[in-house]
Amino acid sequence: MIDLATWRDLVTLYQAYSMALDSRDYARWPQFFTDPCVYKLQPRENFDRGLPLATMAFESRGMLEDRVYGITETLAHDPYYQRHVVGIPIVRSDDGEAIEAEASYAVFRTRQNELSEVFNVGRYIDTVRRTPDGLRFASRICVFDSELVPTSIIYPI
Amino acid sequence: MAGSVADVAPVQDACAAAPWPGDGVHRIPYAAYTRRDIYEEELSRLFYRGHWCYVGLEAEIPNAGDFKRTAIGERSVVMARDRDGAIHVVENVCAHRGVAFCRQNFGNRGEFTCPYHQWTYALDGRLLGVPLMRGVKSDGVVQGGMPQGFKREDHGLRRLAVTARNGVVFASFDTAVEPLENYLGPDVLRYFDRVFDGRRLAVLGYSRQRIGGNWKLMQENIKDPYHPGLLHTWFVTFGLWRADQKSELITDAHGRHACMVSRRNEGGSGAVTQGVSSFKANMALHDDRVLDVVAEPWWNGPTVVMTTIFPSVIIQQQVNSLSTRHIQPRGPDAFDFVWTHFGFADDTPEMQRRRLRQANLFGPAGYVSADDGEVIEFSQQGARQRPGGASVAELGGTGTATHTGHTVTETLIRSMYAYWRRVMEA
Repeated sequence: MIDLATWRDLVTLYQAYSMALDSRDYARWPQFFTDPCVYKLQPRENFDRGLPLATMAFESRGMLEDRVYGITETLAHDPYYQRHVVGIPIVRSDDGEAIEAEASYAVFRTRQNELSEVFNVGRYIDTVRRTPDGLRFASRICVFDSELVPTSIIYPI
Repeated sequence: MAGSVADVAPVQDACAAAPWPGDGVHRIPYAAYTRRDIYEEELSRLFYRGHWCYVGLEAEIPNAGDFKRTAIGERSVVMARDRDGAIHVVENVCAHRGVAFCRQNFGNRGEFTCPYHQWTYALDGRLLGVPLMRGVKSDGVVQGGMPQGFKREDHGLRRLAVTARNGVVFASFDTAVEPLENYLGPDVLRYFDRVFDGRRLAVLGYSRQRIGGNWKLMQENIKDPYHPGLLHTWFVTFGLWRADQKSELITDAHGRHACMVSRRNEGGSGAVTQGVSSFKANMALHDDRVLDVVAEPWWNGPTVVMTTIFPSVIIQQQVNSLSTRHIQPRGPDAFDFVWTHFGFADDTPEMQRRRLRQANLFGPAGYVSADDGEVIEFSQQGARQRPGGASVAELGGTGTATHTGHTVTETLIRSMYAYWRRVMEA
Protein backbone atom coordinates (compact mmCIF):
# COMPACT_ATOMS: atom_id res chain seq x y z
CA MET A 1 0.00 0.00 0.00
CA ILE A 2 1.54 3.29 -1.06
CA ASP A 3 2.34 5.68 1.78
CA LEU A 4 0.50 8.97 1.95
CA ALA A 5 3.54 11.20 1.25
CA THR A 6 4.39 9.27 -1.92
CA TRP A 7 0.75 9.29 -2.93
CA ARG A 8 0.69 13.06 -2.59
CA ASP A 9 3.87 13.32 -4.68
CA LEU A 10 2.38 11.01 -7.31
CA VAL A 11 -0.77 13.08 -7.67
CA THR A 12 1.33 16.24 -7.81
CA LEU A 13 3.47 14.71 -10.58
CA TYR A 14 0.37 13.90 -12.63
CA GLN A 15 -1.07 17.37 -12.25
CA ALA A 16 2.23 19.24 -12.75
CA TYR A 17 2.78 17.31 -16.00
CA SER A 18 -0.61 18.32 -17.42
CA MET A 19 -0.31 21.92 -16.27
CA ALA A 20 3.13 22.29 -17.87
CA LEU A 21 1.85 21.03 -21.20
CA ASP A 22 -1.34 23.07 -21.11
CA SER A 23 0.57 26.23 -20.30
CA ARG A 24 2.80 25.47 -23.31
CA ASP A 25 5.88 25.14 -21.15
CA TYR A 26 7.15 22.44 -23.48
CA ALA A 27 10.77 22.80 -22.39
CA ARG A 28 9.72 21.28 -19.04
CA TRP A 29 8.07 18.24 -20.60
CA PRO A 30 11.26 16.13 -20.88
CA GLN A 31 12.11 16.99 -17.26
CA PHE A 32 9.21 14.89 -16.03
CA PHE A 33 10.99 11.78 -17.31
CA THR A 34 13.99 9.69 -16.41
CA ASP A 35 16.72 9.14 -19.00
CA PRO A 36 16.35 6.77 -20.77
CA CYS A 37 12.59 6.68 -20.69
CA VAL A 38 9.61 5.53 -22.69
CA TYR A 39 6.91 7.84 -23.98
CA LYS A 40 4.34 6.35 -26.29
CA LEU A 41 1.13 7.76 -27.68
CA GLN A 42 -0.73 4.81 -29.11
CA PRO A 43 -4.24 4.14 -30.42
CA ARG A 44 -6.14 1.66 -28.32
CA GLU A 45 -6.72 -0.69 -31.27
CA ASN A 46 -2.95 -1.19 -31.60
CA PHE A 47 -2.42 -1.53 -27.85
CA ASP A 48 -5.27 -4.02 -27.37
CA ARG A 49 -4.17 -6.14 -30.32
CA GLY A 50 -0.49 -6.12 -29.38
CA LEU A 51 0.51 -4.23 -32.51
CA PRO A 52 3.72 -2.25 -31.92
CA LEU A 53 3.00 0.91 -33.94
CA ALA A 54 2.60 4.08 -31.90
CA THR A 55 1.62 7.55 -33.08
CA MET A 56 4.57 8.96 -31.12
CA ALA A 57 7.28 6.67 -29.75
CA PHE A 58 10.24 8.07 -27.82
CA GLU A 59 13.00 6.35 -25.86
CA SER A 60 15.06 9.09 -24.26
CA ARG A 61 14.99 12.64 -23.01
CA GLY A 62 16.87 13.51 -26.18
CA MET A 63 13.97 12.29 -28.33
CA LEU A 64 11.54 14.25 -26.16
CA GLU A 65 13.67 17.35 -26.65
CA ASP A 66 13.65 16.75 -30.39
CA ARG A 67 9.85 16.62 -30.29
CA VAL A 68 9.83 19.94 -28.45
CA TYR A 69 12.02 21.38 -31.17
CA GLY A 70 9.61 20.04 -33.77
CA ILE A 71 6.65 21.62 -31.99
CA THR A 72 8.25 25.01 -31.60
CA GLU A 73 10.34 25.25 -34.77
CA THR A 74 9.42 22.87 -37.55
CA LEU A 75 5.86 21.57 -37.52
CA ALA A 76 3.59 23.84 -39.58
CA HIS A 77 0.24 23.85 -37.85
CA ASP A 78 -2.74 25.79 -36.65
CA PRO A 79 -1.76 26.54 -33.03
CA TYR A 80 -4.30 25.34 -30.49
CA TYR A 81 -4.89 25.30 -26.75
CA GLN A 82 -4.84 21.95 -25.00
CA ARG A 83 -6.56 21.32 -21.71
CA HIS A 84 -5.94 18.08 -19.88
CA VAL A 85 -8.45 16.77 -17.39
CA VAL A 86 -6.84 13.85 -15.63
CA GLY A 87 -8.55 11.42 -13.32
CA ILE A 88 -7.21 10.41 -9.94
CA PRO A 89 -4.48 7.84 -10.50
CA ILE A 90 -4.97 4.27 -9.41
CA VAL A 91 -1.85 2.59 -8.04
CA ARG A 92 -1.45 -0.96 -9.34
CA SER A 93 1.73 -1.70 -7.42
CA ASP A 94 4.59 -0.13 -5.51
CA ASP A 95 7.69 -2.18 -4.85
CA GLY A 96 9.47 0.67 -3.06
CA GLU A 97 11.42 1.67 -6.15
CA ALA A 98 8.91 1.77 -9.02
CA ILE A 99 5.23 2.64 -8.86
CA GLU A 100 2.86 1.27 -11.49
CA ALA A 101 -0.11 3.60 -11.85
CA GLU A 102 -2.85 4.48 -14.32
CA ALA A 103 -5.27 7.34 -14.82
CA SER A 104 -7.92 8.28 -17.35
CA TYR A 105 -7.44 11.50 -19.23
CA ALA A 106 -9.35 13.76 -21.55
CA VAL A 107 -7.64 16.41 -23.63
CA PHE A 108 -9.78 19.17 -25.09
CA ARG A 109 -8.52 21.15 -28.07
CA THR A 110 -9.47 24.74 -28.79
CA ARG A 111 -8.33 26.05 -32.14
CA GLN A 112 -8.34 29.80 -32.68
CA ASN A 113 -11.80 31.10 -33.58
CA GLU A 114 -13.27 27.62 -33.20
CA LEU A 115 -15.33 25.86 -30.55
CA SER A 116 -13.60 23.69 -27.96
CA GLU A 117 -13.78 20.03 -28.81
CA VAL A 118 -12.99 16.65 -27.32
CA PHE A 119 -9.64 15.91 -28.92
CA ASN A 120 -7.97 12.88 -27.39
CA VAL A 121 -9.23 10.72 -24.56
CA GLY A 122 -7.64 7.63 -23.11
CA ARG A 123 -5.64 6.38 -20.19
CA TYR A 124 -2.09 6.74 -18.98
CA ILE A 125 -0.26 3.54 -18.13
CA ASP A 126 2.77 4.64 -16.15
CA THR A 127 5.88 3.45 -14.41
CA VAL A 128 7.05 6.12 -11.98
CA ARG A 129 10.48 5.91 -10.32
CA ARG A 130 11.82 7.51 -7.19
CA THR A 131 14.88 9.57 -8.14
CA PRO A 132 17.07 12.03 -6.24
CA ASP A 133 15.01 14.78 -7.90
CA GLY A 134 11.71 13.26 -6.88
CA LEU A 135 9.23 11.11 -8.74
CA ARG A 136 9.76 10.86 -12.50
CA PHE A 137 8.09 8.92 -15.31
CA ALA A 138 10.27 6.04 -16.43
CA SER A 139 7.51 5.08 -18.83
CA ARG A 140 4.32 6.83 -19.83
CA ILE A 141 2.09 5.14 -22.38
CA CYS A 142 -0.96 7.11 -23.47
CA VAL A 143 -3.44 4.65 -24.92
CA PHE A 144 -6.11 6.70 -26.65
CA ASP A 145 -9.71 5.74 -27.43
CA SER A 146 -9.90 8.60 -29.96
CA GLU A 147 -8.42 6.51 -32.74
CA LEU A 148 -9.80 8.79 -35.43
CA VAL A 149 -7.59 11.82 -34.85
CA PRO A 150 -9.12 15.16 -35.79
CA THR A 151 -6.48 16.22 -38.31
CA SER A 152 -3.19 16.14 -36.43
CA ILE A 153 -1.64 15.78 -32.98
CA ILE A 154 1.12 18.33 -32.58
CA TYR A 155 1.71 18.68 -28.83
CA PRO A 156 2.36 15.86 -26.38
CA ILE A 157 -0.57 14.33 -24.55
CA MET B 1 -43.42 45.32 -64.53
CA ALA B 2 -40.35 47.52 -64.21
CA GLY B 3 -38.56 47.43 -60.88
CA SER B 4 -40.24 44.26 -59.59
CA VAL B 5 -38.14 41.59 -58.00
CA ALA B 6 -39.46 39.06 -60.52
CA ASP B 7 -37.81 41.00 -63.35
CA VAL B 8 -34.31 40.67 -61.97
CA ALA B 9 -32.46 37.88 -63.74
CA PRO B 10 -31.26 35.24 -61.24
CA VAL B 11 -27.56 35.53 -60.47
CA GLN B 12 -25.78 32.87 -62.50
CA ASP B 13 -23.59 30.62 -60.52
CA ALA B 14 -20.59 30.70 -62.83
CA CYS B 15 -19.61 27.26 -61.57
CA ALA B 16 -22.92 25.60 -62.39
CA ALA B 17 -22.92 26.93 -65.94
CA ALA B 18 -19.29 26.04 -66.72
CA PRO B 19 -17.59 24.13 -63.91
CA TRP B 20 -14.26 24.04 -65.70
CA PRO B 21 -13.76 26.76 -68.30
CA GLY B 22 -11.41 26.07 -71.22
CA ASP B 23 -9.66 22.75 -71.72
CA GLY B 24 -6.46 23.25 -69.74
CA VAL B 25 -5.58 21.40 -66.57
CA HIS B 26 -3.32 23.97 -64.98
CA ARG B 27 -6.09 26.07 -63.37
CA ILE B 28 -8.23 23.84 -61.16
CA PRO B 29 -11.60 25.41 -60.23
CA TYR B 30 -12.12 25.52 -56.48
CA ALA B 31 -15.61 24.24 -57.21
CA ALA B 32 -14.02 20.84 -57.84
CA TYR B 33 -13.16 20.72 -54.14
CA THR B 34 -16.38 22.09 -52.71
CA ARG B 35 -19.46 21.25 -54.76
CA ARG B 36 -21.64 18.45 -53.46
CA ASP B 37 -22.95 17.49 -56.93
CA ILE B 38 -19.44 17.09 -58.32
CA TYR B 39 -18.51 15.02 -55.28
CA GLU B 40 -21.49 12.68 -55.72
CA GLU B 41 -20.55 12.24 -59.37
CA GLU B 42 -16.97 11.43 -58.34
CA LEU B 43 -18.19 8.70 -56.01
CA SER B 44 -20.20 7.22 -58.83
CA ARG B 45 -17.62 7.46 -61.61
CA LEU B 46 -14.36 7.09 -59.71
CA PHE B 47 -15.07 4.94 -56.65
CA TYR B 48 -18.00 2.78 -57.66
CA ARG B 49 -17.30 2.26 -61.35
CA GLY B 50 -14.33 1.44 -63.55
CA HIS B 51 -11.66 1.60 -60.83
CA TRP B 52 -9.99 -0.69 -58.35
CA CYS B 53 -10.12 0.53 -54.75
CA TYR B 54 -7.83 -0.55 -51.95
CA VAL B 55 -9.36 -2.66 -49.18
CA GLY B 56 -6.36 -4.02 -47.31
CA LEU B 57 -3.43 -6.39 -47.01
CA GLU B 58 -3.67 -10.17 -46.95
CA ALA B 59 -1.60 -10.01 -43.78
CA GLU B 60 -4.58 -8.35 -42.06
CA ILE B 61 -6.73 -11.45 -42.61
CA PRO B 62 -4.25 -14.33 -42.39
CA ASN B 63 -6.56 -17.05 -41.04
CA ALA B 64 -9.76 -18.62 -42.30
CA GLY B 65 -12.69 -16.64 -40.95
CA ASP B 66 -10.67 -13.44 -40.45
CA PHE B 67 -12.44 -10.34 -41.67
CA LYS B 68 -11.81 -6.62 -41.92
CA ARG B 69 -14.46 -3.95 -42.30
CA THR B 70 -13.42 -0.99 -44.42
CA ALA B 71 -14.79 1.44 -46.98
CA ILE B 72 -14.79 2.03 -50.71
CA GLY B 73 -15.84 5.60 -51.30
CA GLU B 74 -18.53 6.02 -48.65
CA ARG B 75 -19.73 2.43 -48.80
CA SER B 76 -18.97 0.03 -45.99
CA VAL B 77 -17.55 -3.29 -47.20
CA VAL B 78 -16.19 -6.39 -45.52
CA MET B 79 -13.12 -8.31 -46.71
CA ALA B 80 -12.97 -11.91 -45.47
CA ARG B 81 -10.76 -14.98 -45.79
CA ASP B 82 -12.72 -18.12 -46.52
CA ARG B 83 -11.96 -21.65 -45.36
CA ASP B 84 -10.34 -22.48 -48.71
CA GLY B 85 -8.07 -19.43 -48.46
CA ALA B 86 -10.02 -17.33 -50.96
CA ILE B 87 -10.63 -13.65 -50.21
CA HIS B 88 -14.11 -12.21 -50.64
CA VAL B 89 -15.34 -8.65 -50.40
CA VAL B 90 -19.03 -8.05 -49.78
CA GLU B 91 -21.08 -4.96 -49.16
CA ASN B 92 -22.00 -4.43 -45.52
CA VAL B 93 -25.74 -4.23 -46.22
CA CYS B 94 -28.10 -7.07 -45.33
CA ALA B 95 -30.15 -8.26 -48.32
CA HIS B 96 -33.26 -8.30 -46.12
CA ARG B 97 -33.97 -4.76 -44.92
CA GLY B 98 -30.64 -3.03 -45.40
CA VAL B 99 -28.98 -3.36 -41.99
CA ALA B 100 -25.25 -2.65 -41.97
CA PHE B 101 -24.70 -5.93 -40.17
CA CYS B 102 -20.96 -5.94 -39.53
CA ARG B 103 -20.19 -3.87 -36.43
CA GLN B 104 -16.49 -4.57 -35.90
CA ASN B 105 -13.42 -3.48 -37.81
CA PHE B 106 -11.68 -6.83 -37.32
CA GLY B 107 -12.69 -10.25 -36.17
CA ASN B 108 -13.09 -13.90 -37.01
CA ARG B 109 -16.38 -15.53 -37.98
CA GLY B 110 -17.47 -18.66 -39.80
CA GLU B 111 -20.46 -16.78 -41.24
CA PHE B 112 -22.02 -13.33 -41.18
CA THR B 113 -25.25 -13.04 -39.21
CA CYS B 114 -27.40 -9.96 -39.28
CA PRO B 115 -28.41 -9.06 -35.72
CA TYR B 116 -31.92 -7.87 -36.60
CA HIS B 117 -33.56 -11.03 -38.02
CA GLN B 118 -30.62 -13.42 -37.94
CA TRP B 119 -30.32 -13.83 -41.71
CA THR B 120 -27.04 -15.73 -42.12
CA TYR B 121 -24.57 -15.50 -44.97
CA ALA B 122 -21.47 -17.41 -46.01
CA LEU B 123 -18.30 -15.31 -46.07
CA ASP B 124 -18.67 -15.10 -49.85
CA GLY B 125 -22.08 -13.48 -49.45
CA ARG B 126 -24.37 -16.42 -50.27
CA LEU B 127 -27.53 -16.37 -48.18
CA LEU B 128 -27.52 -19.54 -46.07
CA GLY B 129 -30.25 -19.13 -43.52
CA VAL B 130 -33.52 -17.26 -43.19
CA PRO B 131 -35.33 -17.94 -39.89
CA LEU B 132 -38.97 -18.98 -40.32
CA MET B 133 -38.48 -19.15 -44.08
CA ARG B 134 -41.05 -21.95 -44.33
CA GLY B 135 -43.44 -20.45 -41.86
CA VAL B 136 -44.59 -21.88 -38.55
CA LYS B 137 -47.00 -24.79 -38.17
CA SER B 138 -49.81 -24.05 -35.76
CA ASP B 139 -52.77 -26.37 -35.21
CA GLY B 140 -51.68 -28.29 -38.30
CA VAL B 141 -51.64 -25.18 -40.51
CA VAL B 142 -48.47 -23.52 -41.80
CA GLN B 143 -48.65 -19.83 -41.17
CA GLY B 144 -46.57 -17.16 -42.85
CA GLY B 145 -43.03 -17.67 -44.07
CA MET B 146 -41.44 -16.40 -47.23
CA PRO B 147 -43.57 -16.53 -50.40
CA GLN B 148 -43.52 -19.49 -52.79
CA GLY B 149 -41.03 -18.03 -55.26
CA PHE B 150 -38.50 -16.92 -52.69
CA LYS B 151 -35.03 -18.26 -53.48
CA ARG B 152 -32.02 -17.70 -51.27
CA GLU B 153 -29.79 -17.50 -54.35
CA ASP B 154 -31.58 -14.26 -55.26
CA HIS B 155 -30.88 -12.60 -51.92
CA GLY B 156 -27.18 -12.83 -51.21
CA LEU B 157 -24.97 -9.95 -50.17
CA ARG B 158 -23.70 -7.73 -52.93
CA ARG B 159 -20.33 -9.18 -53.96
CA LEU B 160 -17.49 -7.07 -55.26
CA ALA B 161 -14.82 -8.03 -57.77
CA VAL B 162 -11.65 -8.82 -55.83
CA THR B 163 -8.03 -8.95 -56.87
CA ALA B 164 -4.91 -9.52 -54.83
CA ARG B 165 -1.34 -8.95 -55.93
CA ASN B 166 1.61 -9.85 -53.76
CA GLY B 167 -0.38 -9.42 -50.59
CA VAL B 168 -2.33 -6.28 -51.46
CA VAL B 169 -6.10 -6.57 -51.95
CA PHE B 170 -8.24 -4.34 -54.15
CA ALA B 171 -11.98 -4.57 -54.81
CA SER B 172 -14.49 -2.97 -57.13
CA PHE B 173 -18.27 -2.64 -57.26
CA ASP B 174 -17.75 -2.76 -61.03
CA THR B 175 -17.30 -6.41 -61.97
CA ALA B 176 -16.17 -5.38 -65.48
CA VAL B 177 -13.11 -3.48 -64.23
CA GLU B 178 -9.91 -4.26 -66.16
CA PRO B 179 -7.26 -6.56 -64.62
CA LEU B 180 -5.09 -4.86 -62.01
CA GLU B 181 -1.91 -5.12 -64.09
CA ASN B 182 -3.62 -3.14 -66.87
CA TYR B 183 -5.17 -0.77 -64.36
CA LEU B 184 -1.78 0.15 -62.95
CA GLY B 185 0.15 -0.05 -66.23
CA PRO B 186 3.70 -1.41 -66.53
CA ASP B 187 5.60 1.61 -65.15
CA VAL B 188 3.60 1.95 -61.94
CA LEU B 189 3.37 -1.83 -61.61
CA ARG B 190 7.17 -2.01 -61.55
CA TYR B 191 7.30 0.26 -58.48
CA PHE B 192 4.34 -1.54 -56.90
CA ASP B 193 6.22 -4.84 -57.23
CA ARG B 194 9.38 -3.22 -55.84
CA VAL B 195 7.69 -2.90 -52.44
CA PHE B 196 5.27 -5.82 -52.80
CA ASP B 197 7.50 -8.46 -54.31
CA GLY B 198 5.73 -11.49 -52.88
CA ARG B 199 7.46 -11.54 -49.49
CA ARG B 200 5.09 -12.05 -46.60
CA LEU B 201 4.12 -8.80 -44.95
CA ALA B 202 3.82 -8.06 -41.23
CA VAL B 203 1.32 -5.45 -40.06
CA LEU B 204 2.89 -3.11 -37.49
CA GLY B 205 -0.29 -1.17 -36.70
CA TYR B 206 -2.72 1.57 -37.67
CA SER B 207 -3.13 5.33 -37.57
CA ARG B 208 -6.34 7.11 -38.48
CA GLN B 209 -7.18 10.73 -39.09
CA ARG B 210 -10.16 12.72 -40.25
CA ILE B 211 -8.80 15.55 -42.38
CA GLY B 212 -11.08 18.47 -43.20
CA GLY B 213 -10.34 18.83 -46.89
CA ASN B 214 -11.46 17.38 -50.20
CA TRP B 215 -10.12 13.84 -50.83
CA LYS B 216 -8.40 14.95 -54.04
CA LEU B 217 -6.16 17.26 -52.03
CA MET B 218 -4.53 14.18 -50.52
CA GLN B 219 -3.91 12.65 -53.94
CA GLU B 220 -2.46 16.03 -54.95
CA ASN B 221 -0.28 16.20 -51.85
CA ILE B 222 1.51 13.00 -52.84
CA LYS B 223 1.64 14.08 -56.48
CA ASP B 224 3.31 17.28 -55.36
CA PRO B 225 7.10 16.96 -55.28
CA TYR B 226 7.37 20.74 -54.92
CA HIS B 227 6.28 20.96 -51.29
CA PRO B 228 8.29 18.30 -49.42
CA GLY B 229 11.55 20.20 -49.75
CA LEU B 230 9.85 23.37 -48.57
CA LEU B 231 7.10 22.57 -46.04
CA HIS B 232 8.79 19.58 -44.47
CA THR B 233 11.75 20.97 -42.57
CA TRP B 234 12.84 17.50 -41.59
CA PHE B 235 13.03 16.38 -45.16
CA VAL B 236 15.13 19.20 -46.45
CA THR B 237 17.41 19.43 -43.42
CA PHE B 238 18.21 15.74 -43.32
CA GLY B 239 18.31 15.26 -47.06
CA LEU B 240 15.27 12.98 -47.24
CA TRP B 241 13.61 15.01 -49.99
CA ARG B 242 15.10 18.00 -51.75
CA ALA B 243 14.86 19.63 -55.13
CA ASP B 244 18.53 18.94 -55.76
CA GLN B 245 18.20 15.17 -55.49
CA LYS B 246 18.30 12.74 -58.37
CA SER B 247 14.60 12.20 -59.02
CA GLU B 248 12.04 10.96 -61.46
CA LEU B 249 8.28 11.40 -61.78
CA ILE B 250 6.26 8.75 -63.54
CA THR B 251 2.61 8.36 -64.40
CA ASP B 252 0.65 5.56 -66.00
CA ALA B 253 -0.62 6.08 -69.55
CA HIS B 254 -3.82 7.71 -68.24
CA GLY B 255 -1.97 10.10 -65.93
CA ARG B 256 -4.05 9.02 -62.96
CA HIS B 257 -1.50 7.01 -60.95
CA ALA B 258 1.99 8.32 -60.24
CA CYS B 259 5.31 7.48 -58.66
CA MET B 260 7.63 10.09 -57.21
CA VAL B 261 11.07 8.49 -57.11
CA SER B 262 14.06 10.06 -55.40
CA ARG B 263 17.44 9.31 -53.97
CA ARG B 264 18.62 10.85 -50.71
CA ASN B 265 21.58 13.18 -50.69
CA GLU B 266 23.53 14.63 -47.79
CA GLY B 267 21.19 17.45 -46.83
CA GLY B 268 22.50 20.67 -45.30
CA SER B 269 22.51 24.04 -46.99
CA GLY B 270 22.65 24.57 -50.72
CA ALA B 271 21.03 26.48 -53.55
CA VAL B 272 17.68 24.84 -52.89
CA THR B 273 17.59 26.03 -49.30
CA GLN B 274 18.29 29.71 -50.03
CA GLY B 275 15.43 31.85 -48.84
CA VAL B 276 13.43 28.87 -47.61
CA SER B 277 12.15 29.87 -44.18
CA SER B 278 11.48 26.30 -43.10
CA PHE B 279 15.12 25.29 -43.52
CA LYS B 280 16.98 25.11 -40.22
CA ALA B 281 20.71 25.22 -40.93
CA ASN B 282 21.70 24.38 -37.38
CA MET B 283 19.16 21.70 -36.70
CA ALA B 284 20.73 18.68 -35.07
CA LEU B 285 18.89 15.93 -33.29
CA HIS B 286 19.60 15.19 -29.63
CA ASP B 287 18.84 11.55 -30.34
CA ASP B 288 19.19 10.61 -33.96
CA ARG B 289 18.12 7.00 -33.67
CA VAL B 290 14.84 8.09 -35.22
CA LEU B 291 16.80 8.54 -38.45
CA ASP B 292 18.90 5.41 -38.20
CA VAL B 293 18.47 4.56 -41.88
CA VAL B 294 19.85 1.40 -43.42
CA ALA B 295 19.58 0.81 -47.16
CA GLU B 296 17.58 -2.29 -48.03
CA PRO B 297 18.70 -4.42 -50.97
CA TRP B 298 15.32 -4.31 -52.71
CA TRP B 299 15.49 -0.51 -53.00
CA ASN B 300 17.73 -0.88 -56.06
CA GLY B 301 18.81 2.73 -55.93
CA PRO B 302 16.01 5.08 -54.86
CA THR B 303 15.68 5.82 -51.14
CA VAL B 304 12.08 6.96 -51.50
CA VAL B 305 9.23 6.07 -53.80
CA MET B 306 5.82 7.58 -53.13
CA THR B 307 3.09 6.00 -55.25
CA THR B 308 -0.44 7.29 -55.67
CA ILE B 309 -2.94 4.77 -57.02
CA PHE B 310 -6.02 6.63 -58.13
CA PRO B 311 -8.41 7.15 -56.48
CA SER B 312 -8.01 5.44 -53.14
CA VAL B 313 -4.52 4.66 -51.89
CA ILE B 314 -0.97 5.86 -51.41
CA ILE B 315 1.94 3.47 -51.08
CA GLN B 316 4.75 4.93 -49.02
CA GLN B 317 8.34 3.80 -49.06
CA GLN B 318 10.41 6.51 -47.42
CA VAL B 319 13.72 5.15 -46.16
CA ASN B 320 12.85 2.20 -43.90
CA SER B 321 9.25 3.22 -43.24
CA LEU B 322 6.50 1.54 -45.26
CA SER B 323 2.76 2.16 -45.22
CA THR B 324 -0.40 2.04 -47.23
CA ARG B 325 -2.51 5.17 -46.76
CA HIS B 326 -6.19 4.65 -47.55
CA ILE B 327 -8.36 7.59 -48.65
CA GLN B 328 -12.00 7.28 -47.56
CA PRO B 329 -14.00 10.35 -48.65
CA ARG B 330 -16.68 11.75 -46.29
CA GLY B 331 -18.43 14.41 -48.34
CA PRO B 332 -16.63 17.07 -50.34
CA ASP B 333 -15.05 18.69 -47.28
CA ALA B 334 -13.44 15.77 -45.46
CA PHE B 335 -11.89 12.33 -45.77
CA ASP B 336 -10.77 9.66 -43.38
CA PHE B 337 -7.17 8.68 -43.85
CA VAL B 338 -6.17 5.23 -42.60
CA TRP B 339 -2.51 4.27 -42.40
CA THR B 340 -1.41 0.67 -42.29
CA HIS B 341 2.26 0.52 -41.36
CA PHE B 342 3.93 -2.72 -42.29
CA GLY B 343 7.22 -4.50 -42.61
CA PHE B 344 8.19 -7.93 -43.81
CA ALA B 345 7.65 -11.12 -41.86
CA ASP B 346 11.39 -11.84 -42.16
CA ASP B 347 12.52 -8.45 -40.78
CA THR B 348 15.04 -8.75 -37.98
CA PRO B 349 13.88 -7.29 -34.63
CA GLU B 350 16.40 -4.52 -35.30
CA MET B 351 14.83 -3.64 -38.67
CA GLN B 352 11.36 -3.68 -37.14
CA ARG B 353 12.55 -1.30 -34.42
CA ARG B 354 14.02 0.91 -37.12
CA ARG B 355 10.70 1.01 -38.98
CA LEU B 356 8.82 1.84 -35.79
CA ARG B 357 11.27 4.64 -34.94
CA GLN B 358 11.01 6.16 -38.41
CA ALA B 359 7.23 6.01 -38.09
CA ASN B 360 7.64 9.12 -35.93
CA LEU B 361 7.98 11.02 -39.20
CA PHE B 362 4.59 9.84 -40.40
CA GLY B 363 0.98 9.57 -39.30
CA PRO B 364 -1.20 12.15 -37.53
CA ALA B 365 1.64 13.34 -35.29
CA GLY B 366 4.44 12.78 -37.78
CA TYR B 367 7.35 15.19 -38.05
CA VAL B 368 6.65 15.28 -41.76
CA SER B 369 3.05 14.18 -42.20
CA ALA B 370 1.33 16.25 -39.52
CA ASP B 371 1.92 19.33 -41.66
CA ASP B 372 0.19 17.81 -44.66
CA GLY B 373 -3.13 17.33 -42.89
CA GLU B 374 -2.96 20.92 -41.68
CA VAL B 375 -2.21 22.52 -45.05
CA ILE B 376 -4.90 20.44 -46.73
CA GLU B 377 -7.42 21.93 -44.32
CA PHE B 378 -6.05 25.40 -44.95
CA SER B 379 -6.49 24.76 -48.72
CA GLN B 380 -10.12 23.75 -48.28
CA GLN B 381 -10.83 26.88 -46.26
CA GLY B 382 -9.45 29.07 -49.03
CA ALA B 383 -11.36 27.19 -51.73
CA ARG B 384 -14.59 27.49 -49.74
CA GLN B 385 -14.44 31.22 -49.47
CA ARG B 386 -13.79 31.75 -53.17
CA PRO B 387 -16.24 29.60 -55.11
CA GLY B 388 -15.40 31.13 -58.50
CA GLY B 389 -11.65 30.89 -58.03
CA ALA B 390 -9.09 28.43 -59.25
CA SER B 391 -5.88 26.80 -58.12
CA VAL B 392 -2.80 27.67 -60.21
CA ALA B 393 -0.78 24.53 -60.95
CA GLU B 394 1.72 25.87 -63.50
CA LEU B 395 5.04 24.87 -62.01
CA GLY B 396 6.88 23.17 -64.84
CA GLY B 397 4.45 24.53 -67.43
CA THR B 398 0.87 23.72 -68.33
CA GLY B 399 1.31 20.33 -69.95
CA THR B 400 1.63 16.76 -68.76
CA ALA B 401 4.13 13.96 -69.33
CA THR B 402 4.41 10.33 -68.30
CA HIS B 403 8.10 10.74 -67.40
CA THR B 404 9.85 13.77 -65.91
CA GLY B 405 13.45 13.78 -64.72
CA HIS B 406 13.16 16.36 -61.94
CA THR B 407 10.77 17.44 -59.20
CA VAL B 408 10.40 21.17 -59.87
CA THR B 409 6.99 20.69 -61.41
CA GLU B 410 3.27 20.22 -60.75
CA THR B 411 2.91 17.97 -63.79
CA LEU B 412 1.54 15.03 -61.77
CA ILE B 413 -1.33 17.16 -60.47
CA ARG B 414 -2.11 18.35 -63.99
CA SER B 415 -2.02 14.75 -65.23
CA MET B 416 -4.50 13.67 -62.61
CA TYR B 417 -6.91 16.42 -63.59
CA ALA B 418 -6.50 15.63 -67.29
CA TYR B 419 -7.75 12.14 -66.43
CA TRP B 420 -10.39 13.48 -64.07
CA ARG B 421 -11.82 15.76 -66.74
CA ARG B 422 -11.97 12.91 -69.26
CA VAL B 423 -13.97 10.75 -66.86
CA MET B 424 -16.09 13.44 -65.22
CA GLU B 425 -16.99 15.27 -68.42
CA ALA B 426 -17.76 12.17 -70.49
